[in-house]
Amino acid sequence: MKTRGNPQEDRPMSDTETREQRIFRLSRRKALKGLAAGVGALAIPGRKASALTWQDFLQKNFRELTRAEVQTIIARLEKEYSARFKKDVKVKATPPIEGVLYGYGLDLSRCIGCRRCVYGCVDENNQSRDPQIQWIRVLQLEKEKGVDLEHAEYYYNPKEVPAPGHFYMPVQCQQCRLPPCVKVCPVQATWKENDGIVVVDYNWCIGCRYCMAACPYGARHFNWKKAGLPAGEMNPETHYLGNRPRPVGVVEKCTFCIQRTREQPGKYPACVEVCPTGTRKFGNLLDPESEIRYIIENKRVFILKEDLNTQPQFYYFYAT
Amino acid sequence: MKGKKPYLACLPAVAAAVLLLVLAAPSRAAHGNGTKESPKEESSTLQFPVPPPPFSEGIFPCSECHAEMTPNPKRRKLEEEHTNIVLNHGQGRWCLDCHDLKNRDKLHLISGEKVGFDESYRLCGQCHGDKYRDWKVGVHGKRTGYWNGKKEYLLCPNCHNPHNPRFKPLAPKPPPVRPEDIR
Repeated sequence: MKTRGNPQEDRPMSDTETREQRIFRLSRRKALKGLAAGVGALAIPGRKASALTWQDFLQKNFRELTRAEVQTIIARLEKEYSARFKKDVKVKATPPIEGVLYGYGLDLSRCIGCRRCVYGCVDENNQSRDPQIQWIRVLQLEKEKGVDLEHAEYYYNPKEVPAPGHFYMPVQCQQCRLPPCVKVCPVQATWKENDGIVVVDYNWCIGCRYCMAACPYGARHFNWKKAGLPAGEMNPETHYLGNRPRPVGVVEKCTFCIQRTREQPGKYPACVEVCPTGTRKFGNLLDPESEIRYIIENKRVFILKEDLNTQPQFYYFYAT
Repeated sequence: MKGKKPYLACLPAVAAAVLLLVLAAPSRAAHGNGTKESPKEESSTLQFPVPPPPFSEGIFPCSECHAEMTPNPKRRKLEEEHTNIVLNHGQGRWCLDCHDLKNRDKLHLISGEKVGFDESYRLCGQCHGDKYRDWKVGVHGKRTGYWNGKKEYLLCPNCHNPHNPRFKPLAPKPPPVRPEDIR
């Protein structure tokens, strides 16, 4: 008798044989399921794992958390970061201020491309030094060509800036009103807050980097490795959705210094404060007395890649 | 007794008058102080909280040296003092266009009004009206402090040397690491 269940067999299988084969198949499927469950069970933290890991594993999306849960998570993170950086780290979860929509202005007639903003941002927002992550890119453009991004130089390094015949255009997250990065996130780990800041829940991000592909401004950055952040340089004033230390495998971006600007009174973002030429302006778009409103109403203003209909809250302007 | 009555009747009135004088004294004094400052000065100080002017060390007050000197209003090249100052600000200018001849610790406007060095923006604003207008609303120049609270301004000389006002070039911070160099 030939082997049962062999598809190469000449004789067609009887009903009984087929049924038996199905039973075999079903049991194999069951076996695979069992195996997968077993592997899964191995992957999740065991009983000996610390409570921290368990809580991390079971944590919900930030927007689904109750206030009490947020407080518990913050206390856990503060403990974890304080131990890691050997200093008293504070993690805030300050909500948006009512009646505030942040707007940013950047004066292209003033910027000299000195990159003080880039490093001011790195210091304030705890970006990784090695491997290097920088949220602001300063582009060097030719005056003759105007805002022509195809001919932008990103690695310029003359002895002194501004280099003759050139102007500079810093690019960072534009906090779009219609953010493509938010639209593509498969797990809703990134969203736009009521004050207009696009934030990321680093504990919910799965690291698929769809948002990076979707962002037309190159404003999102990925943590390929563990952040090289020296304890001495770590800024202990942090926000859950902002500059707290990021784990490996998540995406991060500019948050208009959420840990500074959401306070009452709110400081200017670090890049605004550090700029030596007063190129950078910041304020509330809903306040008719704010600097940013004055700029929009009185200066020549443009938004970057307007044709993409992302509707940024970041305005480039020429004061003179 | 009858003779004393009018005198007694006066007493409360005198006491009231004395009381009124005593009460009024502080308010009069305060008012007196207020009138010392011109209202313009007061409002500008309140409106633009500026840092102290960036004087070179030991240069101010100017009257320390100038008080004993006879003022010479003649336009000339300075050869003994202030030789390090190169005036590269417009054409045909010289010291006393901005500095006051009689009071060396002050600047003067075209109108003749004297302004302190901490109010130099009014002097600069005479020619650079568009910049002054922008500076007042926080668009020209750097402003620090709080976006929804108290703001701090900088004076024009904090960024522009008044004698040579073009903003000086800076050495840029290092460029980012190229992707091919990331390990």
